[in-house]
Parts: sequence; structure tokens; C-alpha cells
Amino acid sequence: MITRIIVAFGAVVAIVVAAWMGGSVPGLQPLFGVVLPYVAFAIFLIGFIAKVVKWAKSPVPFRIPTTAGQQITLPWIKWAKIENPSTTGGVITRMFLEICCFRSLFRNMRSDLRSGWIIHHPTKWLWLLALGFHYSFLIIALRHMRLFVQPVPGFVETLDAVDGMFQIGIPPIYLTDLIILLAVSGLLIRRLCLPKMRFMSLVADYFPLFLILGIVISGLLMRFVYRVDITAVKALANGIASFHPVVPKGIGTIFFVHVALVSTLLAYFPFSKLMHMGGVFMSPTRNLANTSRMEYHENPWRKPPKFHPYEEYEDMYREYMKEAGLPLERE
Amino acid sequence: MAKELTPQEMMRIDLSPPTRDWMDIPTVIKPGIYCYPAKPEKVEIVGMPNAHVWSPVEEDWGLPEDWKETFLEGMRERLDKHRSFKIFMDICVRCGACADKCHFFLGSGDPKNMPVVRAELIRSIYRGEFTKAGKILGRLAGGRKLTDKVLKEIWYYMFQCTECRRCSLFCPYGIDTAEVTIIGRELLNLFGLNINWIQEPVANCYETGNHLGLLPHTFKQNIEFMCMDIEEFVGITIEPPFNKKGAEILFVTPSGDVFAEPGIFTLAGYLMLFEHLGLDYTWSTYASEGGNFGFFTSLDMAQRLNAKIYAEAKRLGVKWILGGECGHMWRVIHQYMNTFNGPPEFLEEPVSPITGTKFENAKSAKMVHITEFTADLIKHNKLKLDPSRNDHLKVTYHDSCNPSRGMGMFEEPRYVLKNVCNHFYDMPESTIREQTFCCGSGAGLNAGENMELRLRGGLPRANAVKYVHERFGVNMLSCVCAIDRAVLPASMEYWVPGMNVCGVSELVANALIMEGENERTVNLRGEEIPGRGEVKEDV
Repeated sequence: MITRIIVAFGAVVAIVVAAWMGGSVPGLQPLFGVVLPYVAFAIFLIGFIAKVVKWAKSPVPFRIPTTAGQQITLPWIKWAKIENPSTTGGVITRMFLEICCFRSLFRNMRSDLRSGWIIHHPTKWLWLLALGFHYSFLIIALRHMRLFVQPVPGFVETLDAVDGMFQIGIPPIYLTDLIILLAVSGLLIRRLCLPKMRFMSLVADYFPLFLILGIVISGLLMRFVYRVDITAVKALANGIASFHPVVPKGIGTIFFVHVALVSTLLAYFPFSKLMHMGGVFMSPTRNLANTSRMEYHENPWRKPPKFHPYEEYEDMYREYMKEAGLPLERE
Repeated sequence: MAKELTPQEMMRIDLSPPTRDWMDIPTVIKPGIYCYPAKPEKVEIVGMPNAHVWSPVEEDWGLPEDWKETFLEGMRERLDKHRSFKIFMDICVRCGACADKCHFFLGSGDPKNMPVVRAELIRSIYRGEFTKAGKILGRLAGGRKLTDKVLKEIWYYMFQCTECRRCSLFCPYGIDTAEVTIIGRELLNLFGLNINWIQEPVANCYETGNHLGLLPHTFKQNIEFMCMDIEEFVGITIEPPFNKKGAEILFVTPSGDVFAEPGIFTLAGYLMLFEHLGLDYTWSTYASEGGNFGFFTSLDMAQRLNAKIYAEAKRLGVKWILGGECGHMWRVIHQYMNTFNGPPEFLEEPVSPITGTKFENAKSAKMVHITEFTADLIKHNKLKLDPSRNDHLKVTYHDSCNPSRGMGMFEEPRYVLKNVCNHFYDMPESTIREQTFCCGSGAGLNAGENMELRLRGGLPRANAVKYVHERFGVNMLSCVCAIDRAVLPASMEYWVPGMNVCGVSELVANALIMEGENERTVNLRGEEIPGRGEVKEDV
């Protein structure tokens, strides 16, 4: 199991080393600063869409929501409209809570055995770490828009201002930078230290964590330690976004490490578990209304069943049935 | 074997998994855990492939030469037919939220019973045989090849899952291990690897109309025997209608309730309720099974067995269908039947002939749950009830997995129970309603030879029962599931001695005041009701 951790960590280190070496050779900078992000983004976009299309091609033959509350039933029984939705509005709300608030993780319980009793108690750690990680990642990604778009959109300015409002240090550290660092580390430590987690974890689980940690650290290093030339970074990012790429001189090698790690994440995304981002929208146990007895749900590949018809049954057991006084179709 | 282990010994469970890679831990098929293989003649009756004699503990499982191709081709086909399966193969992040949600894991500590790992058994094949990364990188990409050892491991663990869906409730993406198990079992059935405890009921149900293989006259007789008991204990003569054309309602319930205690008392409850109401209904000897062990075999088999219910409703010309207390039966009826064999346009939207209530939630599938029906009756004061007849009982309620997470029937049974008994106590919140624990023997695993598995799987449920038993003196575990009624007595005897098991309808009938009845001194089991016996003992 240690092998899996070493392989994942080694892969990220290899990317860092390659980018560091490549990025410090001026002739290779266009490759690492321009070609790589373009290719990675194209793989991400096409791969993501292709995967979603591939999923969508498989039908949903049965209506199988996991019902997490009281069904719609007799009018005087209070119905759990969101936890067990039977309307489109209810499903949308349920999906919103699932996707934006991680509803199911919030439900998490820990079960332990203690002196003859199985104890279940709520645990919110995973929920908290996951929420912290995903939201700070989202905000950080949006904040990066300021590098790509001129003029900077208003909401990005606002986000930037709010995120940086604590004004700690120079340049001020963003709140989300701290949160993501803590959350990713937390998720990683959890996976490394809990025996159950270590047992189930694959290279594909450690790799994205190390990769994202690498992205966060390289980003922080760029801002606080190596102090890359932000004007040059903006010029490069703007160039990429407007399809007129340029590689200004003197950006600093750490920048290319950051870009290489982000590019790896993008290119890796569609082929990995990270596709849960798309999949969560399409999960049939969550996105279907519990209307199974109320409305007909069609299965596109349904075939008429071969069953034992009544006539054959009666033929088989006619004598018994007659004797028992059961009504018969044919005497 | 299980019987030799004391509960204290059985409870020595280590939930920390070993430090080895799970793919390197060999699977040993153990007695007490596995079920006996399907008998070839039972496979043949329903025309399923590769009927053969084999044994799980022998090296050679008698597989056809091309079993691997069949398995992989079957898998490819199912990836194309079920979006659930396809997505669930791709998006699990192994966050671990499901790990300690499974009753089999909690009761056994076997790390391959963590839902995530159970699904990984199949997911690793998906990666190793279907994805490029897995084909090239193999184990580095979490993939492995399908070998006969792997197949045996899949078989062992697909029959250690009761498709209860508790894990799917906690999964942030709703990944449902039941979907994986259903499809895993379908694949195993492509070459005759079912267990007999499922296969025989399937064959019986196909031919005779019910799992137990009760022939038409036996089915009728068993119900009539119960009527004799009712006559003796209650003083009411009941002549239940069978295969009656033109009845308003077809009643279908699991055959387990026609056969053995304590289910048979639930059956008595139905008979008395219908008699009291003067309901125009009929039993059917042809569609004499509400349960559906086909659902534990393949969806195709489930559809074939289920087809009889609508077919019989059509032949008899009834208006709608009423269904008895059963767990997985209601998953099939609620979430599958209409799609399998509907919509039944020859039926009418269900309306209670007693209260006039329209069952809007069943207007397309046209089948109503007995507990929905009874709750409506009580709400409209159509039943005269004397709950004090159940005063010697302190009752709790076990939410069956399927009506809970595949339907959402929580309040109806509680409403009924609170009206028919005065002492009702729920178990702790994390073990009831949508979070309910399986009885440990669902999905066709209620055989005798796997008793250790059943007792281990039943532990989380039993432990919660024990809690209310010790805290409130609860002595009756009620439920709305025939398998529960068949298996919980064994689990209770082992884990919570002194706990009885009953169906909700039994308690209803005990409390029901019927016109012309005797003074009730005994309950439906023929046991004296404390304080009501003819001879009152002086203390």
C-alpha cells in the first residue's frame, strides 16, 4: 500500500522537476508556458464532454431514487418534499443541496464498537474538509480570471477584495489560500493515516491530492517567496486567452512549475475520478423524482417478459384446483 | 459454525483492515458465510444458462470454456444499458463515507464488505479490462484482469450484500452498491452461478406461483387453516375468496406469510381486516407471491415473475391491487413494476371503497400498500380499535430497507402502530427510517447454511433492538416485511433473547373490534392476553 503513495508522490515530483528544468531554459518556455496549457485545456474540454456524452448514451431504464424521507402519500401525512422529492422543483432543490452543500456527506455517521454496543455518532470532518476544499478551489479559479480577462470583470474584483480582506502579510494572503492548504492537507492526512482509508485508496486517489497540493504550494511560492513578475504573467495569460500567445522574459521558473501542474490536472481530469464533478449531476439515485407509482417510466430496451401464463398453470394443476373447489377457466 | 460462537465471541470484531493491498488478500470461501449453489433442475425450469452441479469450495466450478468472454461481454452490455452502472464505475472517489455503513462490515470486520471495496471488486475489472489506462498500467491504475480467482471472489461478496442501499444514502454521489450487486449477480447467472436459496424460489414462483412452491390447493388450505384458528380465537367465521372474477381488489402478499410463524399471524390480520370491512377482494393462487426472488437473480427474471400480478389482475377483471407487508416486494412494486409490465390500462386508479380516498401516489401503477390502506382507514375512524389488548407489548418498529430507501414509507406504519398499541418506542435515530439497518438476511440470503453471515449482518439491527429492550423493556419487534418475519426471530434469539417479532397487521387485528366477536382472551397466536384470561389468577 505504501507503493501506491510513493508512486503518486513520485509522479508529482517528476512533473515538478521536469517543469523546473524545462522552465529554466528560455527556449523551452513556449512549450511549457503556451503549448502545454493549450493542449491540456483542449484535452480537458473534449475529454469532459466526451465522457458526459458517453454516460448520457446509456439510458436510465428504471426510476431508482434513494428515498431519504417520507414519501408523498395520504394528504394528512407530512411529506419530505426535498429528501424524497416527487416534483421537478423538489428534485432541483435536492440536487442543489447535494451539489452545493454536500447534503449526503453532511449526514455522515461514524460507527464504532464499544463494549458490546455499536455506537453511531455524527461526524462532520469529511464534510467540512470537502466543502472547504471545493469552495476555495472554485474561488481561487475564479480569482485567476483577473489574469486572463481585460478589463477584469466586476465580480472577480469583488471576490478578490473579499477574499483578501484580512490584509495579513505583504502581499496579503487570501483566505481561500489558507483554507485550501488546510483542507487538502487534511484530506491527505486522513487518507494516509486512517487504516480503512489506506486500505481502499489507490494511486488514483493520492495522485490528485499530491498534484493539487503541488499547485497550491507552487502558487504560494510564486506570490510570497520567488515573487514572479506579475505583469509578465498577465501578459502571457492574456495572450493565451486572446489566442495571441507571447512569452515575456523573466517570469521566473516557479511559474512554469505551477502551469505544468495545473495542465496535468486538466489533462488528467476526464480520465479520472475527478469526473465526479460531472457525474454527480447525472446520478440516477439522486436526480430522479420519486413518482414511480404515479407516473409511467419507460425503459427503452424493455422486452415483453416470457412468463408462465395462467392457462398453462391451470392445465398443470387442473385436478388439484378442481378438487379444492377453485374456479377454473376450462373444466 | 455460528451456533458454536457465543454472542460475546461473535462480537469480537476488528474493524481495522490489514495493511496489505486488498488485491493481495486471498479470498477464502468459508462455511457459515456462503450459500449452497443452485440445483441444476431449478436453473433449467426457468431456462437459465449452464445449469450444472458445482460446489463453491471445490477448485473446479464447472464453468463453460468461454466464461470470461461471456462475463466481459455481459458487462459491456450492461454498461450500455444502465447509466447508473456506468457512472458508478467511473466516479467513486473512495472518500470512505460508505465504509462503516454496511451491516455486514460492522458485523464481520471483513474489509471487502466495506461497500466501496465490494464495488471495487467489479470496478477493478472495469478498469483492467475496459479502460486504456487500466489495460496498460494494470494495478498502478487500479485495474486487474478477470481470472477464476477473481470471479470466485466476486461471487463470494456479491452474495454478502443484501442490496439494502444504506451506503447509497451516505454517498455524496448516490453511488448505490445495490446496482453493482444486482448487475454482479446478473453476470454470475450468465453461467449458472446462482445460490439455491434464490434459484429454487425463483423456479417455484415461476411454476406454482409462489416462492414456497405451494400448489393451488395447498395455498388455499393454508389460508383456510388460519381461518379456523381465527374462528377459535376470535369467534368470527371467514370464507376468503380465491381466484374470484369480478372482485374489486386483488390482494397479493409474500407466500412466506401463508406458510410459517410468525408471518402467518400477519396473514390472519389481513383476513380479519378484510372480513371486518366487507371488502370485495380476492386472493389468487396463480399470482400467489408478492415477493420476487427474481430481483436477486436478474432484472429479466424479476420482470418475468412480476408479470403474473398484472396478468392475473387483468384475467380476474379487478379494479386495482392491494399489496401485503413485504420489503423487497415493495422495491419491485414501487420502483420497477410499472416499467417492467405496465402501465396497466385495464385497471382503475385505486380508491378505497371504505373511505373514498384516492391513492394519488399509486395512480399509474395501481397498487397500494396495505399499510397505506390501513392508515387511511384509521384516520377516517373506520376501524374500532382497542389498543389496550396490546398493552402487554412494548413495541418497536424495524423499517425494512426497501420500503425505506426505495419508497419512503415511514409515517404510515408508525401512525398505525400508535393507534393499535399504547406502548411504542422507536429505536435510536441513526438506525431507523432512511438510516435503517438491514435484518442481515435480505436479497435472498435467508438460508440456513449461512447462519454466521446472517447473525453478523443482523448485529447492527439487533444491537439497536437490544438498546430499546434494555432501556424501555421493549418485547415486540414489529415490521412490514415477510423476510424480516422469517429471519429476525433467529437473530433476536441469538442477540436479544426474549424479543418477539410480528407484522404490523397482526397488531392491528389484535386491537380490531369486530362485530360478533368473542370476548378476546387470547391473541391471534392463541396466547392468553395478560389480564384478560377467563381465570384471573390471584396474586
